[in-house]
Amino acid sequence: MLGALFYILVFPGFLFLVFSALAAEFIDRKIYARLQNRVGPPWFQPLADFIKLLAKEDIIPAESNPKMFQVAPVFALTAAITAFLYIPLWGKEALLSFNGDVIIVLYLLTLPTLAFFIGGWYSTSLYSRLGAVRSLMQLFAYEVPLFMGILASALLADTWSLKEMAVFYTLHPGFWMFNLMGFAISLVSLLGKLEKVPFDIPEAETEVVAGGFTEYSGRMLAYLRLTLNVEMVVGSSLLALVFFPFGLDLGPVSGFLLFLFKVLFIIGLISLLRTVVARLRIDQMINFCWKYLVPLALLQILLNLVLKGTLLK
Amino acid sequence: MHNSKDFKIPIGPQHPALKEPEGFSVALKGEKILGVDIRLGYNHRGIEKAAEERSYVQDIYLIERVCGICSHSHATCFVQAVEEIAGLIVPVRALYIRTIIAELERIHSHLLWLGVAGHEIGFDTLLMYSWRDREVVMDILAAITGNRVNYGMNTIGGVRRDIDIRQTEEIFKGLDILEERTKYYIEVATQETTIIKRLSGVGVLSREDVLRLDAVGPTARASGVKRDVRADDPYAAYAQLPFEVITDEHADVYGRTVVRVKELMESYRIIRQALKDLPAGPISVRAPRKIPVGEAISRYEAPRGEDVHYVKSNGTEKPERVKIRAPTLANVQAVKHMLRDRYLADMPIVVAAIDPCFSCTDRMVALKEEDCTRAKVINWQALHTFSIQWYKQQGVDFTELNKKLQGKLEG
Repeated sequence: MLGALFYILVFPGFLFLVFSALAAEFIDRKIYARLQNRVGPPWFQPLADFIKLLAKEDIIPAESNPKMFQVAPVFALTAAITAFLYIPLWGKEALLSFNGDVIIVLYLLTLPTLAFFIGGWYSTSLYSRLGAVRSLMQLFAYEVPLFMGILASALLADTWSLKEMAVFYTLHPGFWMFNLMGFAISLVSLLGKLEKVPFDIPEAETEVVAGGFTEYSGRMLAYLRLTLNVEMVVGSSLLALVFFPFGLDLGPVSGFLLFLFKVLFIIGLISLLRTVVARLRIDQMINFCWKYLVPLALLQILLNLVLKGTLLK
Repeated sequence: MHNSKDFKIPIGPQHPALKEPEGFSVALKGEKILGVDIRLGYNHRGIEKAAEERSYVQDIYLIERVCGICSHSHATCFVQAVEEIAGLIVPVRALYIRTIIAELERIHSHLLWLGVAGHEIGFDTLLMYSWRDREVVMDILAAITGNRVNYGMNTIGGVRRDIDIRQTEEIFKGLDILEERTKYYIEVATQETTIIKRLSGVGVLSREDVLRLDAVGPTARASGVKRDVRADDPYAAYAQLPFEVITDEHADVYGRTVVRVKELMESYRIIRQALKDLPAGPISVRAPRKIPVGEAISRYEAPRGEDVHYVKSNGTEKPERVKIRAPTLANVQAVKHMLRDRYLADMPIVVAAIDPCFSCTDRMVALKEEDCTRAKVINWQALHTFSIQWYKQQGVDFTELNKKLQGKLEG
């Protein structure tokens, strides 16, 4: 009982995740700043921001629906953290596992976006509503290629369980290389989920101020920002497991280091991508996802089906 | 709002997209813009009126503060008008120095614009890069004039500071760096896919519309209209310096970007030539304190377009009327036209593409409701008396102080 609580609350659960989320934010911001020829924040900046926001007053707009407005951030954070428990990090074992947990993780990662929509919508501010509708509109564009990219990898492993995917790719080393296109597709889609440039349309500050987050302040804003950072870590860990499933039987210490390296690599790619491009318009974004990402993802699925029929026969 | 599908959202007076406060009210249907209401007047400062209360020399510094970015433009434009009324012949060296400062200012303004445009389309990297490089030209300006903005270079009858050999070398060195960087920006602006996606086909203003709506500056030139005061009605030393009027046929925000980055290259050329040709001689002539009766209109190609100043003098040391037509006022009408049937996401970049300077352009606009009984029109004298009365009621009385001041001035 105590052991389980430790796993869930401290390591690799809640506390570990929160701190790695803050660290991820720092790394992302630092790389972004250095690429832009700026100095960037000191290492404790995300933590300092978080603590500062916790100490601030919560302002709930009089026009809003206070219950929905307050529940949304907590709901989003909970969903994002729960998703982490299903992902095997450095071994082949996850904290929780059953056949079908790929779907659960993807579903839990969709919930924060839905919560952002609900929070923004019930803020009843014009900018919030526009931002909320945009985040939902965007969800329909990036979610499909993301699912298809990740499920293509699961298809090759012939399982719906992340744990068994890890086992399969350990048994068939080198097979992960067939999924590199799927990785690219999922990474780009992940940018949409994390609301980062070029897909930061829901919170494009020059258009809709802060989008769905406009009316949030204090603790609830801290939770929302933390949610996005947690999502970044969870998303990167998921991508690391699904697309780079090598070195999973290295043992705890070197396995953990390898895991960190993989996640850092993915976060670095995210920072790099958002440095070199401009924000797209929502119509361009949807066009891009459906015209380019989805057909490519279909191609990846086709490729994996062919591989299954030939190599794995 | 719950029941209707289209609604109005306010962009400004306070909004992250705007660098200066100005009100836009955008009617939306989903993401589509149905119509835009532009409400000028939030940032009105009454500079024209204040200019009537000050002497000509004081006015130079007041009018320099019309705009932070094109401060030299407004000051030069005003000074040119006054010089015309007074019949002063400005030394050629002063004209060349004015031209050099004017082009340096254009460089800093266009680089600033490039960064702002990048930020508006969510491309902050461009903002960081172009503003870093802008420091080079800011340093040059600070070295010549002592200030990064509001240079205080102009005086009636010439300029106040000379450019020496050492500064000339510094300018040449700075220009080399800037030219190299500008070539890179031309490459970025014309080749980066997401930039092109966000800029081309956005905010289209056809040649006919430019002529109909009287757009000026890069906005007009990007639609293929060769409209540039420097070439059409040369002032300062532009008649002696070789440069090309950059035009583009894209007629959209992309075209405006191309025009601006290419104009940077022309500015480098002008400055280099002006520094080479810089004639020897005095930098100013003595101007009379009282300007003879007369009136003049002066035109000037500011970085944002044609700037027009009208000055009327009545023979005293204070002008009777100063009228400023900043380039943004000419262009702002076109924004409404450009935004028709566009997306909300295009709004910031379309507004930014005319390089708006709202505080320069702001006019007092009184919106009277039909049933409003409190609003009334009063003249200047009545307003003056009213303000004195109002302060007296508050217990603030300047009568004694005024008398003392008057006594001191006379005695």
